[in-house]
Amino acid sequence: MKKQSKILCISLLLCFVLLLTSCNRGGQSDNLNEITGDKPYIAVIAKGFQHQFWQTVRKGAEMAAEDYGVQITFQGTDTESQIDKQTEMLDAALSKNPVAICIAALDSKAILGSLEKAHQRGIPIVGFDSGVDSDIVAATAATDNKAAAALAADKMAEAIGGKGEIGMIVQDQTSMTGRDRRDGFKERIESKYPDIKIVDIQYGEGDHTKSADAAKAIISANPNVVGMYGANEGSAIGVVLALSELGKTGKIQAVGFDSGKRQIDAVRDGEMYGAVTQNPIQIGYKAVEAAYKAYKGEQVEKEIDTGFKWYDKSNVDSEEIKQLLYE
Amino acid sequence: MSENSSGKASKKMMNFSSIGAQKLIIFLTLIVLIIIFTILSPNFLLVDNIISILLATCVNGLLALGVTFVIITGGIDLSIGTVMTFSAVISGLCVTGLNLPLWLGSIICILVGTIIGTLTGLMVSRLKIPAFIATLGVMMITSGLSLVVTGARPVYFPSEYKEIAVGSLFGKLIPGFQLPNAVLILFIMAIIASIILNKTVMGRYNFAIGSNTEATRLSGVNVAGWLTGIHALAGAFFGIAGIIISSRLGSAQPAIGQGYELEAIAAVVIGGTSLAGGQGTISGTIIGAFIMSVLTNGLRIVGVAQEWQTVVIGAVVILAVFIDTYRRKKQNI
Repeated sequence: MKKQSKILCISLLLCFVLLLTSCNRGGQSDNLNEITGDKPYIAVIAKGFQHQFWQTVRKGAEMAAEDYGVQITFQGTDTESQIDKQTEMLDAALSKNPVAICIAALDSKAILGSLEKAHQRGIPIVGFDSGVDSDIVAATAATDNKAAAALAADKMAEAIGGKGEIGMIVQDQTSMTGRDRRDGFKERIESKYPDIKIVDIQYGEGDHTKSADAAKAIISANPNVVGMYGANEGSAIGVVLALSELGKTGKIQAVGFDSGKRQIDAVRDGEMYGAVTQNPIQIGYKAVEAAYKAYKGEQVEKEIDTGFKWYDKSNVDSEEIKQLLYE
Repeated sequence: MSENSSGKASKKMMNFSSIGAQKLIIFLTLIVLIIIFTILSPNFLLVDNIISILLATCVNGLLALGVTFVIITGGIDLSIGTVMTFSAVISGLCVTGLNLPLWLGSIICILVGTIIGTLTGLMVSRLKIPAFIATLGVMMITSGLSLVVTGARPVYFPSEYKEIAVGSLFGKLIPGFQLPNAVLILFIMAIIASIILNKTVMGRYNFAIGSNTEATRLSGVNVAGWLTGIHALAGAFFGIAGIIISSRLGSAQPAIGQGYELEAIAAVVIGGTSLAGGQGTISGTIIGAFIMSVLTNGLRIVGVAQEWQTVVIGAVVILAVFIDTYRRKKQNI
């Protein structure tokens, strides 16, 4: 009896392991094994792969690979705090002799050692999504988050008629992106709209429910709030959720960032005034393009702005915007 | 013989009264917190805000209820949050992919939680893998599998699914007090948990295993079997939490879940359940979960900076454990 259940346990465990290994092949490292050698190989290392945003960046990178006839691998860490793991990924990629490297550095200083090794070997390095603090980088393809957040601030002012109290939900205060999207918004409001007051900034880790609870607390503490800003997908959906749970949809204006099905629906239905989207396809495409050009010894622009766009009810379904949004 | 049993009884009574004292302390803590926040901000004790706090407690409360059983056995479960997410994801895929009705989807959600709980229980009880390691493994496996099966994309439920958590049966009876169903579910589950823990064989063995596993085994109890059952029960609670969180979001988000285990364990510990096992109450856990969310909400409303919010909550957890160990030390002397 006991023996049987032991065997059962072990076989169940084995099933799990098998499932995992087979799944891994379908996941992040799927094209690592396919390097054939006849095409130049570019290693692309991102900050994540599970998020829709990164999947769209990957799509852009693959498009560029197709256009320029190069082979790429796209890898990312599980979370945005695995700085050490990203360094390992970079070292592993270097051992496969790439002609160029594209990297979205989690911590630009921590990864510098490995990057310098690559630089000494004459491998061009292109930063994407967020920059690397060094001049060994051939180019950086990224969104100007501060400018994008300032656009969100202008739109917020437009939505609430230029005056009143507003609250902010930001993903974190440690990442460059989080800080830029907070400061860009805040500075624009403070410098241009004296009648608008930011009453509180809360951080929700980009987690939908945590952001919603934080947004509800801001609204409870400040009953006069007329606008809420969410600085990334999770934060923005948290704001939408908070308004709907409090029955304040439409009474408090919501301005968001990035996309995702829930946010797109909210914009389409008028639950949300609108949102700023980055151009993830361009981020991936421009990074690989710049890497290829640098490898060929062509001139590349140092700072490649991949752009951002405002979308609201009026243009959410237009062709131009649609291709920037991911569900 | 009779002396022995009466000694046991008096020790038991002392045990009970001191647990009562502990419960009283944390209940008073909750009341004091509410009074402090009410004084500091006129916006704290408003109906809307109270409902916000209640709703914010549901997921953590259900997770904490489940893990209370495990902690009373002297074990631990780190896979709480990711099992919740995995159950929700599987249920979402079944509902959208196979066009199953929502009630069946909810049952699947609880089933998945229970199955994973059973597997965890088997690993801990039969394979003798230390609970910390086994559940750490399950945490990583479920968090990875959630991403794999969904292709890292959220799974969206039909819009009626929101009713389960955010709809209000209560509001239909008493207009003006829109108590979300999720809160009702939390309290009903707390009552069920309390009955299981205090009135059933499972509850009795739960305490027995936590107090002295070896003695329990020697007295002929199938410890491994009960331990597996307790993990399965906890898994069912994580599944219910999965229903609530995905209903509230209208979607199963595959990337969330990690970090939820620590909040749930903190609620249990604040509630006076001993990490050493053998002691704990359901009401304590519920109050612990409310202390966590009142603190989070209150500190936000008062305008304490985010960095300090986590510092304060961390301090409360340490204080709670300190009171617990201090009380035990006194009890042993």
